Amino acid sequence: MAELLKVENLKTQFNTEGGVVKAVDGISYHIDEQEIIGLVGESGCGKSVSQLSVMQLISTPGEIVGGEVIFEGQDLLKYKAHGSEMRSIRGAKIAIIFQEPMTSLNPVLTINQQLTEMLELHLKMSKKAARERAIELLSMVGIPSAKSRIDDYPHQFSGGMRQRVMIAMALSCSPKIIIADEPTTAVDVTTQAQLLELMKDMVERFKTSLVIVTHNLGVVARYAQRIYIMYAGRIVEEGTTKDIFGKPRHPYTIGLLKCIPRLDEEEGRKLVPIEGLPPNLINMPPTCAFLPRCSYKVGRCFQESWPPLKHLHGQHYISCYANTEERTSEPAAR
Amino acid sequence: MSPQQDDAILDVKDLKMYFPVTRGILRRKVADVKAVDGVTFTLKRGETLGLVGESGCGKTTTGRCVLRLYQPTAGQILFEGEDISSLSESKMRHIRSNMALIFQDPYSSLDPRQSAGSIVGEPLKIHNWVGSQSEYKDRVEQLFRLVSLDPSMIDRFPHEFSGGQRQRIGVARALACEPSLIICDEPISALDVSIQAQIINLLEELQEGIKGLTYLFIAHDLSVVRHISDRVAVMYLGRIVEITKSRTLYENPLHPYTKALLSAVPIADPFVEEKRERIILKGEVPTPLNPPSGCSFHPRCFMAVPECSQVIPPLRNVGDGHQVACIRV
Repeated sequence: MAELLKVENLKTQFNTEGGVVKAVDGISYHIDEQEIIGLVGESGCGKSVSQLSVMQLISTPGEIVGGEVIFEGQDLLKYKAHGSEMRSIRGAKIAIIFQEPMTSLNPVLTINQQLTEMLELHLKMSKKAARERAIELLSMVGIPSAKSRIDDYPHQFSGGMRQRVMIAMALSCSPKIIIADEPTTAVDVTTQAQLLELMKDMVERFKTSLVIVTHNLGVVARYAQRIYIMYAGRIVEEGTTKDIFGKPRHPYTIGLLKCIPRLDEEEGRKLVPIEGLPPNLINMPPTCAFLPRCSYKVGRCFQESWPPLKHLHGQHYISCYANTEERTSEPAAR
Repeated sequence: MSPQQDDAILDVKDLKMYFPVTRGILRRKVADVKAVDGVTFTLKRGETLGLVGESGCGKTTTGRCVLRLYQPTAGQILFEGEDISSLSESKMRHIRSNMALIFQDPYSSLDPRQSAGSIVGEPLKIHNWVGSQSEYKDRVEQLFRLVSLDPSMIDRFPHEFSGGQRQRIGVARALACEPSLIICDEPISALDVSIQAQIINLLEELQEGIKGLTYLFIAHDLSVVRHISDRVAVMYLGRIVEITKSRTLYENPLHPYTKALLSAVPIADPFVEEKRERIILKGEVPTPLNPPSGCSFHPRCFMAVPECSQVIPPLRNVGDGHQVACIRV
């Protein structure tokens, strides 16, 4: 499939009183048409900020300081954040579903007002046509009796239903890419399964690409085709889902898989925690940020700066100097 | 402590906790929220029982009733053989030195103006557990070491610790008076993935080291619960629908809700995921204010028959300590 979006060396930083926080420190990734990719990392690793940067939704003290976001042949970062070009893309061609369905809907506007706004603005629909389309979208995402519920306010919906409204909103202008930023962390397990299944069906139906931003390795194992693992503002490993879970090669990825409990694990399995803490992103050392927690470190790690992404095979890349291959021959998660 | 290791430390019988819904200036009672509606389970000394369910299923309320932070509407709570469900507050305070609670949120459950040492040592003072100031200091230092915190950090304040370290403080506080039962209410869900394992391992190591330490582990994450527990109780709308050994939970779930819950949890392994059956439930959890008749799961159940809306299925034994509440099993 053809490449849809290409992000090159994106850098976003926050100029705080305590110093410069390099939230996203030179990440490169791409999405193909109709592909589902996963962006995985712990809180503070820059996974959300990277997606907000693509949409140019970063406000002061944050600042995009470098890189390119190539979408349909144009570099989006050349557009002004509040300019008409960017506005014609945001929501229409690249849509985003936020984490908190409680706070991302406007409580004083009805669902109809919020859903039709985009249709009228981007697709120049009439009020009546927009309302029809909105009802159609709501029933598509599984909201029962959409016709009568469209004039309700967000507080009249449950958390899962609100997230369905967000999905309908994201789909409304048939975007090329949907970014789902931790779409299911605020909802229950069975609702999470419903929403993810719905999103998968919808992106297939609308022929959309989907970026799932999450900390849940299970979710990407189930839905993503390719995965990027982020740590401290950088991508440390990328590959197909089978590469990442079958032959993880970066010490952080290996560590993550060893420290999460699995539903199907054998009795008596011991979790191996990653010792230490994620780094403070202010005044980071030039060396690899995972170094203090790494159990594979070699001499080179202490002397040289953060390793560049190294090609292993196929689509599998890691950012590491150490030879992790020999020790990962054992299954990673059992 | 009893010489036997397999005796029951906690025996909860038909526990009910209804919260009244009031209306008007006279606060007339108009309805009940049946948060816990007839829960029965036994906890053996030294074991870990996991209590799982989705939000609003009554798992936290059950835990709080056991600690008597709520006065249960009905039912018996036998702790160390004594019915504590209607003890007076002063007698209860005495018993609470023997049971402790670890909270979900390590940020809001520690007083920001109290030093870490005084947080950990407070139960010792309240329960007159130590005789002298030096004994107190020794015990607090010992507790710090027990949870792998450096005793030199005793005078620091909560904001100076990371999330994982704060939860260690919470664990140390719970351990202060050597309780035999600790209720862990979602102790890791506020922590980052790589930190969660540290706390899980700490809890496991403590249980190995302290003879007879029993956990009631409340969480919504099935894989975590299955990992840490010996047995798992699955709750839905205020009732336990299935209790089984954690070993057999994944291989042999019987209740349709348990099956759906298990299939909703993705496993971090695409090779396994490819072959798994997915049960996607319809609708959402109904409100406990007005639960469906009969089996409260029947409107969402894929195995339901007309009778399901008429009878409340009792929890019955199906062999090897496996209990399930479903007429179709």
